[in-house]
Amino acid sequence: MLPHPFTVERVRRETHDTFTLELKGTNGIGGFSFAPGQFNMLYRFGTGEVPISISGDPERSDTLVHTIRAVGTVTESMERLKKGDIIGVRGPFGRGWPVLEARGCDVLIVAGGIGLAPLRPVMYRLLSRREQYGKIAILYGTRTPSDILYSKELEQWRSRFDLQVRVTVDRGEKDWKGHIGVVTTLIPRASFDPHEAVAMICGPEVMMRFTIRELEKRGVRRSNIHVSMERNMKCGIGFCGHCQYGPTFVCKDGPVFPYEKIEHIFRIREI
Amino acid sequence: MKPFFIIHRNSLDSLFGALVGRNFTLVGPTLRDRAVAYSEIATVNDLPFGWTDEQDGGTYRLKKSDRQTLFDYAAGPHSWKKFLFPPALQLWEAERQIGPHEASPEYPPSHEGRGEQPRYAMIGVRSCDLHAIAVQDKVFAEGSHRDPTYEARRKNLFIVAVNCSHGGGTCFCRSMNTGPRATSGFDLALTEILEADRHVFLAESGSDRGAQVLREVTQEEAQESDIRAAERITADASVPMGRLMDTTDIRGLLYNNYDHPRWDHAAARCLACGNCTIVCPTCFCNTVEDFTDLAGTRAERRRRWDVCFAVDFSYIHGGSVRSTIRSRYRQWLTHKVATWIDQFGTSGCVGCGRCITWCPVGIDITEEVREIRANRPDDRKTLSEVGHAHT
Repeated sequence: MLPHPFTVERVRRETHDTFTLELKGTNGIGGFSFAPGQFNMLYRFGTGEVPISISGDPERSDTLVHTIRAVGTVTESMERLKKGDIIGVRGPFGRGWPVLEARGCDVLIVAGGIGLAPLRPVMYRLLSRREQYGKIAILYGTRTPSDILYSKELEQWRSRFDLQVRVTVDRGEKDWKGHIGVVTTLIPRASFDPHEAVAMICGPEVMMRFTIRELEKRGVRRSNIHVSMERNMKCGIGFCGHCQYGPTFVCKDGPVFPYEKIEHIFRIREI
Repeated sequence: MKPFFIIHRNSLDSLFGALVGRNFTLVGPTLRDRAVAYSEIATVNDLPFGWTDEQDGGTYRLKKSDRQTLFDYAAGPHSWKKFLFPPALQLWEAERQIGPHEASPEYPPSHEGRGEQPRYAMIGVRSCDLHAIAVQDKVFAEGSHRDPTYEARRKNLFIVAVNCSHGGGTCFCRSMNTGPRATSGFDLALTEILEADRHVFLAESGSDRGAQVLREVTQEEAQESDIRAAERITADASVPMGRLMDTTDIRGLLYNNYDHPRWDHAAARCLACGNCTIVCPTCFCNTVEDFTDLAGTRAERRRRWDVCFAVDFSYIHGGSVRSTIRSRYRQWLTHKVATWIDQFGTSGCVGCGRCITWCPVGIDITEEVREIRANRPDDRKTLSEVGHAHT
């Protein structure tokens, strides 16, 4: 599969190591529709290709939005992109979050670090159809206050009466007056009906493990817990073999899995 | 009854000629570096004549045979996958345009799946390898995304199977229900019959084009006695197998034993060299590499076989998922005989024994499975109790 050329319309600095690209199709590629939780393979000319989740609004198919953390050769080269530059896009790939199945339920979003990026499309979808959902809580944990992603949007969302937004950091800085602690400490403070709540979790595996434990303590059903997994990916279409996770291919069976489906391998190390 | 025909050894070349006449490139067993390797061939004289082999864990020896046969050896270090799923392949290339933007909106120029793909006729494919091709078909040609190179080569392919008369020291096709007799997936299947006064091949066709080729090459219908002679040659009892594998509920066995101490035993010996994956006729893992020329104006993407034993195979930011050899060996074996079944509805192992023979330290997949089965804690749940996702 060939990457399609997209033009960088805007580069937004998010934190010291993350940035957001807004892309538009060239060559008459118009809209880009995707489901919240899906990802694209992003290609930099001659440098390489990386899987990056889509973090924009699924209702706005004219612009493709990716938030990227610069951690390797390819993502660091993407950090240097400027308006007008070209980037290659293959996708969208994978299975996303159960936003339709969650209608009529309370929704609990638990994110760690850059894990908020693949959940932002869920927030846009929930807020555009707010009346279809019950209580909504976003619990977000990150390392330090300066690592908080989408802080403007989190503040806007926090100002709404129909949303619970709670943010915590592992280490405070001297002007931080907010919560300190791991994200699981926020779970007892969130208000939702455990029997009807759908939980969507994205973050480091260890964070997801403890989050699930905490949710189960509160009585959230395993069948209502969904997690997004990360593995090495080269093809995105299920035949390079790199993203195997037990019997699944994360690229096509995931990245979002109902916890029930992977529960039997979730706690096995190095699987 | 299916019509069987006789091809005399001396007219095998007319079979090859009929295939060359149909624009096929012949590939078959040849002697190379003291092993039977698959290469391009032109005539029967290119085949290993009067050779056989001895194989065991970590051991392969070609041996002069006292029988003047053409196909009396088991699988060698090559598998046929290299012809359908090339070890290295350029997927596409792109040109950077001079101008304000670093690459033109036109990049990359597509040649994915284009270009003339070779038309191979494989000579001497064993039953295990027919099954291996069917396994790779599921990966590359029958899923939601299809690989254009594989599909084109596979569509062109003509297969002349040869029934095994010789069970290799590391073979276990009978355990995997993949041989020794070819039952489907070929255009022609041959059984080599060497008797005191004659050297012939009993030939059957498995496709219309196979039947057409056969009609061109021979009109001599087989006698009842020829068919019985061929049956004796490929009969179970006459093809002793060096290895056995009990596949009873093998998924349940492995899914319940991710923590089995035997993995440490294998890890202590495994060199993580990846030989087993390279010689395996079904291993399909691959990677892509992006390159530029020195000027940075031309870029290309190449695909090559990859090896799940490499540390960077599972690398994500922060480190490799499978950093220990234990976990990588466990991934390979569990994938091969268990998770493969969930993924593609078939085992990834066809019992050819190559991974046993070509393991430098002689790690034996059948022995590892046997040890796990023999020494498992007996309070484990069955697969259905685990409630596996895909069942």
